[in-house]
Amino acid sequence: MLDIDINDLKRISELIYQKYNYDFRNYAMSSFKRRVLRIMELKKLTVDTLIKKLNDNPAFINEFLDELTVNVTEMFRDPSFWRIMREEIIPAIMLNHKQFKIWHAGCASGEEVLSMSIMLKEMGILQDVTMIATDLDVNILERAKSGVYPLKNMELNEKNYIRFQGTGSFKDYYREENGMAVFPKELLMNVSFRRHDLVLGDVFNKFDLILCRNVMIYFNQSLQNEVLKKFHESLFKYGYLAIGSKESLIWCDYSNRFIVVNNEEKIYKKIKD
Amino acid sequence: MKNFNLSNSYKAVVIGGSAGSFQGVVKILAQLPKGFPLPIIMCLHRLKHVRNGFVEALSIKSVVQVTEPNDKETIKKGNVYLAPANYHMSVELGNHFALSTEEMINNSRPSIDITLGTCAFAYKDKLIGILLSGANKDGAVGMKNIHERGGLTIVQEPTECMIDTMPRSALAVTKIDHVLKVDQIVQFLKELDNQYR
Repeated sequence: MLDIDINDLKRISELIYQKYNYDFRNYAMSSFKRRVLRIMELKKLTVDTLIKKLNDNPAFINEFLDELTVNVTEMFRDPSFWRIMREEIIPAIMLNHKQFKIWHAGCASGEEVLSMSIMLKEMGILQDVTMIATDLDVNILERAKSGVYPLKNMELNEKNYIRFQGTGSFKDYYREENGMAVFPKELLMNVSFRRHDLVLGDVFNKFDLILCRNVMIYFNQSLQNEVLKKFHESLFKYGYLAIGSKESLIWCDYSNRFIVVNNEEKIYKKIKD
Repeated sequence: MKNFNLSNSYKAVVIGGSAGSFQGVVKILAQLPKGFPLPIIMCLHRLKHVRNGFVEALSIKSVVQVTEPNDKETIKKGNVYLAPANYHMSVELGNHFALSTEEMINNSRPSIDITLGTCAFAYKDKLIGILLSGANKDGAVGMKNIHERGGLTIVQEPTECMIDTMPRSALAVTKIDHVLKVDQIVQFLKELDNQYR
């Protein structure tokens, strides 16, 4: 069976950092190892040929990143989270601002961005919200921008939407074309998709709400700690941060600058600068 | 009664199960010796989109409250952990969990192979792996990992399983140290517990 030891994983992350300026050195080891093994299997590479390819072939890096980053996501994942967004969090933001800004950090193929757009449209406020969706992986950003997804994913997405208790019919949001579900561009009209690196990138804007669900689980604790500082700086005071349902911030240095708004859905509010 | 010739060198017990394993797990947890000295790490196939209810159902008769760990949560002796719905659950070096939303493996998330395989890596020969009833082959590779790293492997007696695909798949790919009925697994854990007294 294919295997790779920790020293080789460290060599690979060090090489990618030195040569391409992507920093995976503080990624959680178990999933990083699985991702690298997966690439070796897909591309029929050994540790040595993988390292050689990364060294000799700069064009390979995008393909490598695309496979390395976890891009599995679904629309309206955790329907109860989306109900809380619609019924509590968004209305709370709107008490203070009619227009506001959302950052989808680590948006992958954009299912969550689209879920947000659909929800805001049903609330009648899509035009009032500016969204910025970022990811490290340029290939996946192109997919997110396109709003086109395999039709076979729609069954699960629709089930989630029904549990979310959307006001429409999920099927009305897309048209079918060659086995794909094509969502209209209007849904993404206020979204700007940008390449951004959570690990090495700078703080670039201020937001009322940041969604970063099931992204930081791929980081080790010290990196989670650093990224939380960036989120803190990127939020207006009393802005909200949503992370995955099984993530936690309690061990981070900045956790006392947030309060828990909803523990079940892991929604936090910045209360201190 | 069987004598298992155990030692007190083990650091963790990991349990995998799927269809037909619920009753067995409930029985094991209900008869677990009080103050059991090791963490019990469970990965059981479950409905992907039902977050609540399972851990409560498992806890009703259990000696110890079952918990679904958060990402990066430290693993503590005597606690019983269950992989949360729709996440893979790994054990990292440094004695903590890591969750992930990677692709399904063997049509499963959580995948038993991931939990067992990462436990094997982290605990090496200090691990006991137990695989119960189930309808697919998830867990077989994980049991192989445990055996290859020097850990102890146990599967539920196939004739006792509601669906025996899972233990039989493990038996087909690796050496299994003990094939036991649930009652014998309970005895095994009691004998293990005695080693630490």
